[in-house]
Amino acid sequence: MIRGLAMPRGRRRPPDGFRLLTGLVALAAPISLVLIVVLLAQQGAPAIWHYGLGFLTSRAWNPVSLDFGALAFIFGTLATSLIALALALPVGVGVALFLAEPSAGRLRGAIGIGVELLAAIPSVVYGLWAFYVMAPFVLIHVEQPIVARFGSVGILSGPARETSLFTASLVLSVMILPTLAAVSRDVIRAVPGGLRESSVALGATWWETTWGVILPAARQGIFGATVLALGRALGETIAVTMVIGNRPEIPTSLFAPAYTLASVIANEFTEATGQLYSSALIELGLVLMLVTLTVNVLAQLLVRSTTREARA
Amino acid sequence: MAYGGLGVAESKPADYPARRVAPVVLKALEGASPTKLAVASLSFYYGRFRALKDISLDIPEKRVTALIGPSGCGKTTLLRVFNRMYDLVPKARAEGSVRLDGMEVTETTRLLELRQKVGMVFQRPSPFPLSIYDNVAFAPRLLGWGRSRVAEAVETAIKDAALWDEVNDRLKDPAASLSGGQQQRLSIARCLAVKPEVILMDEPCSALDPVATLKIEDLIDRLARQYTIVIVTHNMQQAARVADFTAFMLMDTEERYGQLIEFAPTTDLFNKPTDPRTEGYITGRFG
Repeated sequence: MIRGLAMPRGRRRPPDGFRLLTGLVALAAPISLVLIVVLLAQQGAPAIWHYGLGFLTSRAWNPVSLDFGALAFIFGTLATSLIALALALPVGVGVALFLAEPSAGRLRGAIGIGVELLAAIPSVVYGLWAFYVMAPFVLIHVEQPIVARFGSVGILSGPARETSLFTASLVLSVMILPTLAAVSRDVIRAVPGGLRESSVALGATWWETTWGVILPAARQGIFGATVLALGRALGETIAVTMVIGNRPEIPTSLFAPAYTLASVIANEFTEATGQLYSSALIELGLVLMLVTLTVNVLAQLLVRSTTREARA
Repeated sequence: MAYGGLGVAESKPADYPARRVAPVVLKALEGASPTKLAVASLSFYYGRFRALKDISLDIPEKRVTALIGPSGCGKTTLLRVFNRMYDLVPKARAEGSVRLDGMEVTETTRLLELRQKVGMVFQRPSPFPLSIYDNVAFAPRLLGWGRSRVAEAVETAIKDAALWDEVNDRLKDPAASLSGGQQQRLSIARCLAVKPEVILMDEPCSALDPVATLKIEDLIDRLARQYTIVIVTHNMQQAARVADFTAFMLMDTEERYGQLIEFAPTTDLFNKPTDPRTEGYITGRFG
């Protein structure tokens, strides 16, 4: 006789040690999240009361006059992440398509491992590489030629600099590439083989099959990969700090220095003197969390609305 | 050309259950029919493994030809030679000749043209993640047809696939919302849209329930006088029901290549097989 069946309806199963233990462990994650938010809010309280909502819309950042605002950093964070995504997405999906191709053979294995190893490089090493290798190269071969030709266009105006919004976005795009490529590859591989065959049997070429059938079928998963990558880009700190130029302004040009929420916290928390200065930095941390959370929720809503469309 | 014979599609009553209980009528037609696909000494290799050896048969035009045989005998491999689906498999190659009218199938580089002439329906329904309309419009658009011509082709194809009454008011809905049987008829409509000459069917009913199977068989009957149909099936009753001609294939026990044992009008193959191995298979002694 199975014990559960003998029990009268409506009575719950008695608690056992296993359920209790796993339940407690599982609760640890949401509890830490709540604690972090509460502590950030508590520590940032002086700044929150002092500056109010104006903190979010003010461009000022002056530790001497204690005039603080988050707008320049919010802009820097969103701009670097979105530009990085725009640069990395086509490359990532291209790599994923190649890696998912059944006939690519040995080369595919080597490239797959290479892409995954990119994810294993520590951020600070990316930063060093970006500062000493990538930035000087990009300055001479990308930024300066663009400024020379299109400098009259506002966001492409000079002077070109090694440390800029553009350089930071570029290193970020390299850093999120493995996430995009690996997740997209798995999603594309999961597309039923019958779809590819049917498309080819109708006379479609590889390109037509990929554009018309495979990518639409994998669209949702690729979107998921994008959200993951965006999450990483928004919070990335050290590599960005090393090449973004650290100037608390909203830049008017792609090639001007900027600042992100994560960078300013990392740079200034050791030298923050006085309660208001340090609590302003902590409030920036809270803002960073809110930005990440908002972007994630928006992305999920977008995914849900597109799937509902597809199902309707 | 005059064809005598039994069970021509138009004379068949439309009520499905009656067909199910009625005795199986073998419907091969006597008399010659022009050849649509001429297969001559065809061998097929996956890398160094020979999957088909020395197959020759003439598939007649505007008739249904069934390929039967036990698992692993190479029926599907043979079918996939006819529209060069094996191009997707690395290191697969064909030797010998398959001629579609004047075109050498194994050598042609005009794959779009070949695949427009030779359509294929797969075992599992595989609707593209697009609307019902866009699924059927897929191949016409590949051929670069104009908007109105595409619309016309889509409507005709869905009607020919006996799906119009069920979907005409929701052509913009995703194809995935259809039932399995409807999806399979959509696959057939998708390949009818560009007016192919030959339709290859790889066990088109094996993923379907009996009612959906009957609808597909009925559809094959109706298409049989306009198209050359080659169907691979595990189900001998199905071959007997739908095919005018049947080819029996078997795997060589030692070298494991597939070979053609017997090819004849379906009535003859089932009633008086000439090869003892055919007889053994259709009477259920092996396979």
